[in-house]
Amino acid sequence: MSDLRALYQEVILDHSKRPRNFRALADSNRHAEGYNPLCGDRITVYVKLDGDRIVDIGFQGSGCAISTASASLLTETLKGKSRAEADELFAKFHDLVTGQGNGGVSLGKLAVFSGVSEFPVRVKCATLAWHTLKSALEGEEKTVSTE
Amino acid sequence: MGITAQEVGRIRRADSGFDADRIRQDFPILTQTVHGKPLVYLDNAATTQKPRAVIEAEQQFYLRDNSNIHRGVHELSERATQAYESARRKAQKFLGAGHSREIIFVRGATEAINLVAQTFGRERTGPGDEILISAMEHHSNIVPWQILCEQNGARLRVAPINDRGELIWEEFRKLLGPRTRLVSVAHVSNALGTVNPVKEIVQAAHRLGVPVLVDGAQGAPHLRVDVEELNCDFYAFSGHKVYGPTGVGVLYGKAKLLEAMPPYQGGGDMISSVTFEKTTYNSPPYKFEAGTPNIAGVVALGAALDYVNDIGMEAIAAYEQELLVYATQRISQVPGLTIIGTAKEKTGVISFVMEGLHPHDVGTVLDQEGVAVRTGHHCAQPLMDRFKVPATTRASLALYNTRQDVDALLAGLNKVREVLG
Ligand SMILES: Cc1ncc(COP(=O)(O)O)c(C=O)c1O
Repeated sequence: MSDLRALYQEVILDHSKRPRNFRALADSNRHAEGYNPLCGDRITVYVKLDGDRIVDIGFQGSGCAISTASASLLTETLKGKSRAEADELFAKFHDLVTGQGNGGVSLGKLAVFSGVSEFPVRVKCATLAWHTLKSALEGEEKTVSTE
Repeated sequence: MGITAQEVGRIRRADSGFDADRIRQDFPILTQTVHGKPLVYLDNAATTQKPRAVIEAEQQFYLRDNSNIHRGVHELSERATQAYESARRKAQKFLGAGHSREIIFVRGATEAINLVAQTFGRERTGPGDEILISAMEHHSNIVPWQILCEQNGARLRVAPINDRGELIWEEFRKLLGPRTRLVSVAHVSNALGTVNPVKEIVQAAHRLGVPVLVDGAQGAPHLRVDVEELNCDFYAFSGHKVYGPTGVGVLYGKAKLLEAMPPYQGGGDMISSVTFEKTTYNSPPYKFEAGTPNIAGVVALGAALDYVNDIGMEAIAAYEQELLVYATQRISQVPGLTIIGTAKEKTGVISFVMEGLHPHDVGTVLDQEGVAVRTGHHCAQPLMDRFKVPATTRASLALYNTRQDVDALLAGLNKVREVLG
């Protein structure tokens, strides 16, 4: 598979064109905004936390295919997960896209982002939603910036 | 494009002696492959490549003449000083300035604008005074004025542009008022390619006694500039966008203004005498060149100006114009593609968006095809907001680009659709 095809896998293109959970949650109790000034990507992640558990999650905004698909798959993956599980997935996902590990089977669908590691300038796109989620969970209301 | 068939004919004729293939041979970097494909460099508005003459001038300086300037009695210092001052005269001629003392070497257009803001601007503006810019400015012609306004309570006014990316003249005239202390506008917009009517702007401003700074970062590389004819008060450009090295640029200022301006930075070379009680400043241009400058860079910039002068700025402009017409015709045929910036007067900048695709993804695919373009906001976020796009993809031309380069871009855009759908 060429590097390009590895980067823009069908699943990624599908999620970038039809992002899942692409909505503001009316009953969210955490949200944060993420911004990548380099490419103008801007997203807001909304979370409904029940105790330690993410019972609902959504996002809105505009971005490139990689950042939109990453946000979409993040929401799919994390619904119903605990904060600790989310942290662990982020760590593994980060290793995957920076080429520091294959993430193992535990990443599930998120493994489609392995191609990002061949495109170092796109790592920020792939991780924008994750950084934003982290900030939402930590209760910081300020905009996180990738720069 | 608003270019008549007659004009295209004239451009073609002007182009008859222009041999881009031969010129390409002067640029060693262009012969490489990227991701296995021949490099097609279309990011010239960000920075241009350097001809061998420039690279060698910088190297020769370090191999043979390196020394500090204006301060030694020895041979090398004399040679270095000669080379440095000769570059000043080249820049003077390049800009059509009346005196070499009107040429100040700086780090680039950014530093030139900051210099004017913090000297001229600081002295001439106060609370309620206004500085007038346009909606198409680069951040480096916005932020220095915002800093100044914060310091002294002046106001930044912004003249709007129309949907083609042209200054709306009536609005500009209305904003030019009794409180305006300075107008600062781009000669050419880096994100749109729009050429501003700087001569008319200067005339209108001067009628009210308002001086004008022209940000020529994208003008000087692509148009013949004559500051006396434009009658502008300041003109700024960066060496690295005119085939020279990075870290060196020029500020032209009218001698009378420069003489009255306070210094920018303090240090060596900018003084004529120093005691702890009182320091007397040197006269322009040295007053504004504190410390050891980028001597080798200035010398190499001189070589770059020689290079473009030998070809002729008019010939370069005509050739690039012809290539722009060709590129615009071809690119506008791509389905779902919209060109942002369709001014009547343009240089070789084509900014565009593609339906359903983000510029960042477009840029990644093009890069894999060996085609280097810029994607993003082009340091002009307010302008992106004006066109309601987060970013664009920008192809920008230089004298060594050819129709084949444009064709490679087109092939790359087809690939973009193939990969991204
Ligand atoms: C219109 C314009 N003004 C100013 C600048 C700043 O130039 P530099 O970064 O070389 O100082 C640029 C560079 O992109 C530009 O395009």
